Amino acid sequence: MAEFDVKTRELLFNYILGIADDRLILGHRLSEWCGHAPIIEEDIAMANIALDCIGEADAFYKLAATFDTEGRSADDLAFLRDSTEFRNVQLSEQPNTDFAWTIARQFFTDAFYVPFFEELAKSSYEELAAPGAKALKEVKYHLRHSREWILRLGDGTEESNSRLQDAVDNLWMYTREFFEFSDSVKLLYELDIVPDNSALLEKWKETVLPVLKDALITIPEDPPYFATGGRNGLHTEHLGHLLAEMQVLPRTYPDAKW
Amino acid sequence: MEDEKKLAEFQTRLKNGESIEPKDWMPERYRKQLVRMISQHAHSEIVGMLPEGNWITRAPNLRRKMALLAKVQDEAGHGLYLYSAAETLGVDRESMINDLLSGKAKYSSIFNYPTLTWADIGVIGWLVDGAAIVNQTMLAKSSYGPYSRANLRICREENFHKKQGYEIVATLANGTDAQRKMIQESVNRWWWPSLMMFGPTDKDSPNSAELTKWKVKIHSNDDLRQRFVDLTVPQAKAVNITFPDPDLKFNEETGHWEFGEIDWNEFYRVIKGYGPMNRERMNARKKAHEDGRWVREAAEAYAKKKKVLHEN
Repeated sequence: MAEFDVKTRELLFNYILGIADDRLILGHRLSEWCGHAPIIEEDIAMANIALDCIGEADAFYKLAATFDTEGRSADDLAFLRDSTEFRNVQLSEQPNTDFAWTIARQFFTDAFYVPFFEELAKSSYEELAAPGAKALKEVKYHLRHSREWILRLGDGTEESNSRLQDAVDNLWMYTREFFEFSDSVKLLYELDIVPDNSALLEKWKETVLPVLKDALITIPEDPPYFATGGRNGLHTEHLGHLLAEMQVLPRTYPDAKW
Repeated sequence: MEDEKKLAEFQTRLKNGESIEPKDWMPERYRKQLVRMISQHAHSEIVGMLPEGNWITRAPNLRRKMALLAKVQDEAGHGLYLYSAAETLGVDRESMINDLLSGKAKYSSIFNYPTLTWADIGVIGWLVDGAAIVNQTMLAKSSYGPYSRANLRICREENFHKKQGYEIVATLANGTDAQRKMIQESVNRWWWPSLMMFGPTDKDSPNSAELTKWKVKIHSNDDLRQRFVDLTVPQAKAVNITFPDPDLKFNEETGHWEFGEIDWNEFYRVIKGYGPMNRERMNARKKAHEDGRWVREAAEAYAKKKKVLHEN
């Protein structure tokens, strides 16, 4: 176990929570499809990806818990924090709306997480590098899946193209939070613990733009406002509802073990 | 004349315990009964995803959430390979799904009951999967190869689900007062519908004789039901849970647990479509099918374009 000073421990706690929250909230959203997908194969695939995401969240929560000054467990962190304490990017909490939104949200996320976990797996902090390396194998598969569906929907029928275009247009403003390089992240970067995620934007574009073009999707112009705030606990209205549902049992029965 | 000879050969093969494979000759009635039974089984897996799926987003911790998601995912997998098993008999998945959505095909009535509390997730694993295992263990020995093998695989996974379900039950039964109340209330609701899963009593079972003749079924509905009760009562006692049946008692002579009369009116009513959740379950399946239409069309259109591109 690496030795970190108090300040670094606090930064790490928040940083790792950001990853865990991204993965949990996205996995939760995907799990909402279970039993309602367009074909059985997608019921299986989306449940599979959701399982990966929640498993990754679990691993990162467990690591975050080792830095928690309040001594909370992984489950406490997932089920007993309020929305203003969640640090996920706002993209992950966006609702399923339709299959095109789900796929666009997934593709934008996967295109970040593949290069991100590649870098995280090189962290000098072994406890962080290990779950990063494990997750990398999983998100590579997720990216293959979401990329294929972007192509199918974009270059499928007129309806599927227009639905995907609509999803891309609506979600575009949520695609920059991944690359925010705050002062806290910078401090961890200087200690060689975490990657410079701002440098991953170019890689993200290299993955996303050609696929959207092949899928006959018009790339949206950059809007005057890109969503921000998730990493500091500021979210869209959707997260509160998601958490209300997800946390209902542990909140209602605080003494119970499940 | 030819057919009679083939039929005699077929029956000899059954008698010798041989497995019938897709390309083998088989009587039309055998094929029909199997298609009905396997597709019904597949539909049950797919509709069965709904009551448990209802709690995925509210599972109380990360471990339970993953286990439940994996379980419901397994059910989708079971549905998929049961549809494939039925397809070996010359029907396609789309027409089977259309029969489900039009109400022509049936699925297990148990899924027409609602999941009202988290305890229901434990009880479904324990009682509903437990009953299904008793039935499917027999079906794993059925004469039709693809169906027998599908059941073998399903049973392996269902045993795991049952274990997980019982673990939830035991956790709640040993938990707080509120949890104990929750689990007993849930068992009270699910016990009788679970017993109904084995179908009508032998004298009223319309398909049993034929299925037994074709060695698709090996034991009678009543025998399987008795086996389930005998297995389950001690498991309930171990965690201090009771079943809502004043007539439940052990018969020293026979070595079996005797139980009260099943409410057959309820059984037939729910089968005919008038249970608490029949409409909702079918509406949910129809909605998923309709909402997914444009996705399936897109995938098909894209595959066609790629094929044309590939050929040129």
